[in-house]
Amino acid sequence: MQRIGVFVCWCGTNIAGTVDVKAVAEALSHEPGVVFSTDYQYMCSQAGQDIIKNAIHEHKLTGVVVCSCSPRMHETTFRKTVAAAGLNPYMLEIANIREQCSWVHKEMPTGTAKAIILGKAAVAKVNLNAPLTPGETPVTKRALVIGGGIAGIQTALDIADAGFKVDIVEKQPTIGGKMAQLDKTFPTLDCAACILTPKMVDAGQHENIKIYSYSEVTDVKGFVGNFDVTIKKKARYVREDLCTGCGLCTEKCPQKKVPNEFNLGMDNRRAIYIPFAQAVPKIATIDPNWCTMLKTGKCGVCSKVCTAGAIDYNAKDEYIEEKYGAIVVATGYNPISMDQFDEFAYSQSKDVITSLELERLMNAAGPTGGTLLRPSDGEHPHTIVLVQCVGSRCSECGKGKEYCSKICCMYTAKHAMLIRDKYPDTEVYVFYIDVRTPGKNFDEFYRRAVEEYGVHYIKGMVGKVSPEGKKLKVQASDLLDNKQLHIDADLVVLAAAIEPDKSARPLATMLTASMDTNDFFTEAHPKLRPVESPTAGVFLSGTCQGPKDIPETVSQAGAAASKVIGLLVKDKLTGNPCVAHSDELMCNGCSSCEKVCPYGAITYIDKEFRMPDRTTRIRRVASVNPAVCQGCGACTVACPSGAMDLMGFKNSQIMAEVDAICK
Amino acid sequence: MTDAMKKEQILRMSGVNPLKCMRCGKCSATCPNYDEMEYHPHQFVYMVEKGELMPLLKSKSIYKCLTCFACVDRCPRGVEPAKLIEAVRLVATREAGANHMKPDDIPALLDEDLPQQAIVSALRKYTK
Amino acid sequence: MKVTYFPGCTLRNKAKDLDAYARRSALALGIELVEPDNWQCCGGVFTTSRDEVATKLSSVRALIAARDRGEPLVSVCSACHNVIKQTNYQIRTDSEFSQKVNCYLAQEAEPTEYHGETEVYHFLELLRDKVGFDKLKASVKNPLTGRKIAAYYGCLLLRPSKAMQFDDPENPKIIEDFIRALGAEPVIYPARNECCGGYIALENSENAARRSNAVSQSAVLHGADTIVTVCPLCRYNLVKSGSPIPVVYFTELLAEALGVKEDSDD
Repeated sequence: MQRIGVFVCWCGTNIAGTVDVKAVAEALSHEPGVVFSTDYQYMCSQAGQDIIKNAIHEHKLTGVVVCSCSPRMHETTFRKTVAAAGLNPYMLEIANIREQCSWVHKEMPTGTAKAIILGKAAVAKVNLNAPLTPGETPVTKRALVIGGGIAGIQTALDIADAGFKVDIVEKQPTIGGKMAQLDKTFPTLDCAACILTPKMVDAGQHENIKIYSYSEVTDVKGFVGNFDVTIKKKARYVREDLCTGCGLCTEKCPQKKVPNEFNLGMDNRRAIYIPFAQAVPKIATIDPNWCTMLKTGKCGVCSKVCTAGAIDYNAKDEYIEEKYGAIVVATGYNPISMDQFDEFAYSQSKDVITSLELERLMNAAGPTGGTLLRPSDGEHPHTIVLVQCVGSRCSECGKGKEYCSKICCMYTAKHAMLIRDKYPDTEVYVFYIDVRTPGKNFDEFYRRAVEEYGVHYIKGMVGKVSPEGKKLKVQASDLLDNKQLHIDADLVVLAAAIEPDKSARPLATMLTASMDTNDFFTEAHPKLRPVESPTAGVFLSGTCQGPKDIPETVSQAGAAASKVIGLLVKDKLTGNPCVAHSDELMCNGCSSCEKVCPYGAITYIDKEFRMPDRTTRIRRVASVNPAVCQGCGACTVACPSGAMDLMGFKNSQIMAEVDAICK
Repeated sequence: MTDAMKKEQILRMSGVNPLKCMRCGKCSATCPNYDEMEYHPHQFVYMVEKGELMPLLKSKSIYKCLTCFACVDRCPRGVEPAKLIEAVRLVATREAGANHMKPDDIPALLDEDLPQQAIVSALRKYTK
Repeated sequence: MKVTYFPGCTLRNKAKDLDAYARRSALALGIELVEPDNWQCCGGVFTTSRDEVATKLSSVRALIAARDRGEPLVSVCSACHNVIKQTNYQIRTDSEFSQKVNCYLAQEAEPTEYHGETEVYHFLELLRDKVGFDKLKASVKNPLTGRKIAAYYGCLLLRPSKAMQFDDPENPKIIEDFIRALGAEPVIYPARNECCGGYIALENSENAARRSNAVSQSAVLHGADTIVTVCPLCRYNLVKSGSPIPVVYFTELLAEALGVKEDSDD
């Protein structure tokens, strides 16, 4: 029989306001096994914890029930408390009488009655608790960063600088991501490439960083500290060890009609290409969808001109297996498709462009050499309309995103300002619903666009863009003037909502990391653990977690790196002892548990058993790897013979709780 | 009927929740008959929300909506302003003697090519 | 193929052509259009108010007639199509409305129930989804080669798009594909999904003219020689406001291309 102590917390008035804590302590004192029961204002305080420790010694307690807030909040605190007093930490149970009682009930009698019932359940469980000891696993001291944009680069650099090995896996032929495509950055208007490319070079040259470009993660197994990852290196038909990046092949290739994705299809590249001048690694790649040699076997020009002999038309995809201790997701974002918003005529006129396309049209390395020209006829636009919130804050329309994309207000102000600065003969209109500019020097920046650069900010929305002749007829509302406006524009720029990269969803499945309904990765705690995924060992960096600008992304990247470093400096990790365990004598080897296990923690072994008649028999039984098991309990409900049980949450313990509640 | 009851009735009839409106003005940016109206689609949404119904019920604007549904289709929040305008109009025309058009008015408005559907539609829109 | 055909009042009177060409073309394409007995006027417009029940019963009766024959319900007039499709959608999605409708149906001489079982097609959808524009193209005897035709959708075919599910409401292509199938060149212009003014023509013809002129001018500016329309009221408004180019029904073009325009039997 256990000797159980019950400790009822008031949580100030948080609990005591709606739950009669003295009545709870009194009622629970009569439960089987309870030898001590008390209440206190703040059980989590030092004084409260001392009450628990003293009672353990004084009453020779073997089990403890704390009636307080959610175990998510203070279970760790109280486990440490009982351990300090010499008890096994798993002899503690928490009855949540705050979130599940006082915060959801208004009346004292109902709150109190429920608190007593929850307390009784916890006591019933502790009566069946047994001490548990966690195992230890070693940590692989290497990190994987998935995605090579500014988020991934910064995270990798910070981890590498701390002395740990980092691999970056990037699906494009170069790292750099979206930031490499931007022209200037707000609110300082420094050139994006000027601040990004040194970091790309640092990453490329760092002794601790290895870049797998033109590669994808195809499989992830294992667990925190011990991930086994398969990386697919797509065939680029150019040997990375030989290519010098001279670029001669990209000038001589006869296939000139390939839409250049770096300039968002606004100009063409060759079938063999280097995405941009500062690419890292600076290695050519053959696009198999366009290469005449690969498609028909007739051409071979690049091979002839390559003095390094780097071209290899027979290259195949390669698969690399590597072990990692930690994984950082930095898969980034894309602007949403404008297909569903054709009232803005994006598909009907070349002169309706997205903001990212405008970045390229303003950039010196872009398709127009940095001169803002209309895509349709190459003429200089005079009247330019910028439309904010295209597809953002769009609920129930089934085509946009319900969230605010966060970066559009600032980059739109930037675009308006840059256009007016470079081309004072233009009129620039910005249609906005709200201008949202929280951030250091952000609102000042937006005000400068209005006050110093004369950008026309109009509170309202564009309803329709009609391409008529050379003009784009823009029909819009001016809500402050209560008028409908008709503007003959030369160029319309849509601030398209941003969404997580499409590769994020399958990756989340591989990582068993959770996502929200918008496919952004979920953080372990929205305020207190913003860069950790709920899956141990998986961290989040940049826009894969939610819309954010460059300063925020870089901060988060550094934060993710510090969490990774904190993990990798450890030699061993303490596991969770609440894992599944199979009773071999009851197991009939049916494989039900193996099929439902999401972590691959269950295998089958052939084991020799002694039979009653002194013969032996080989039977196939389930075996759980405690280091891989996450304790989800799926196997325990799937097991038809009742052989599988979850330590710390045994079927008998759960049933005792249910019995106590139903009594 | 008090204004509060009328508002309640308008919301029930239309199935529109004006609180979903984020005041972007896309309905009024979209409206093809904007310049014919004294009160514009976004004002209908806002004024119904505030319970300011008398100006709307008395305004000719309720007979100017073409029910083209462009505002319904383009609203990013699913507010459906055209349904709200229709409900305001019905509340106005259902008052005793408040038909906007009488059958006797029609012969003078006809020409020989006018399709029947215009007459039927107008009667649906303008009378109870 | 046999379908239940709802012509509507206007097609019996001011828009007889629209109906006659549809019937001849259907015959040529092997589609049998069967009118239900005693159909009634759809009401011209769909009143969105959720407490308007009785005015939608004529549509419900047409839907029931088609259901009982196990056929889709097809109309040519875009107003009828809009009212019937929206009514069907409301029955499918608004349970309170559906319940009220069924209370009425229980009082009919032959009580019945209806829960939105019927599939509603516009004649154009029938051509696209059941006949196929490829097959239509193969059936064309007099291709309209060289004609530059502007498709005028107006409102009723496309919106509200949630209920109509007809085509992309901002960049539709069904009539353009239809025009191509007939051998002509479609002219794409931005006003093709704008409103012609509709029933406002009765009370305020100037207002309707302002709306319609915007449409025909846009079509002309983009080089059209003909505007094709689906709705009698659209056609009336465009013609009345002085469209500088001819405005014809889509069924007339269809009959012309299929070579059945002249053999009149009515």
